[in-house]
Amino acid sequence: MRFVRWFVGFLFLAGMVYFIFSYLKVSPQVKLMLYLLICFLLSLVRLFKGPTPADRAIATDIFGILVIGFCGILAVFTGKNWYVDIAIAWALQSFIGALALAKFIEGKNFDD
Amino acid sequence: MIEILALFFIVVGITFDLFGCIGLIRMPDIYTRLQAATKCVTLGTCGILFAVFVKFGLSPAGIKALLCIVFLMLTAPVSAHALARATHRSGVKLHEGAVCDKYAEDRSKNII
Repeated sequence: MRFVRWFVGFLFLAGMVYFIFSYLKVSPQVKLMLYLLICFLLSLVRLFKGPTPADRAIATDIFGILVIGFCGILAVFTGKNWYVDIAIAWALQSFIGALALAKFIEGKNFDD
Repeated sequence: MIEILALFFIVVGITFDLFGCIGLIRMPDIYTRLQAATKCVTLGTCGILFAVFVKFGLSPAGIKALLCIVFLMLTAPVSAHALARATHRSGVKLHEGAVCDKYAEDRSKNII
């Protein structure tokens, strides 16, 4: 059973990487963005099936980090420099959100 | 030359993001999952933002990218530590293959 789960996961990941790398006729920049979209998909899987609320909190935190990276990639490939401003703002609000979720999971108020 | 260097840093960052998200799916326990997922930040997203700095040079956008790297380096361990502490205090058990739990021992002895 364990081997079957390993094999299915490896087949899924290798299939997606091979599909993006060889079958799609797009530019290399779009291919790199699609590789980052696989990361978004994996963190969303953890967000849906996480057993405890803390799993979902971690998944949303990592999702925010990936959005910052995506803004950086867009800034490099398009040459517009206001994507970096979006990245900084997202980093700020993601940090505050992670701390608030940690307080909420611990079961305390925001006062103490 | 600058374009190739920026592309190299982006490829390194996307590779580490992909490995971190695979760890987020694969790991059996919430604490090991958090330990794997925080690797997304330090070399994944910071690599992509360093690629932004390489592309834009010492312009305002590049300086903003460096500031975003410093902010992420400061805040990502803080939020990860807060999430792990809140999870442990809310009573989530470790994986059954775990060897020791020093935080629970210290809390049972009223040291912390």
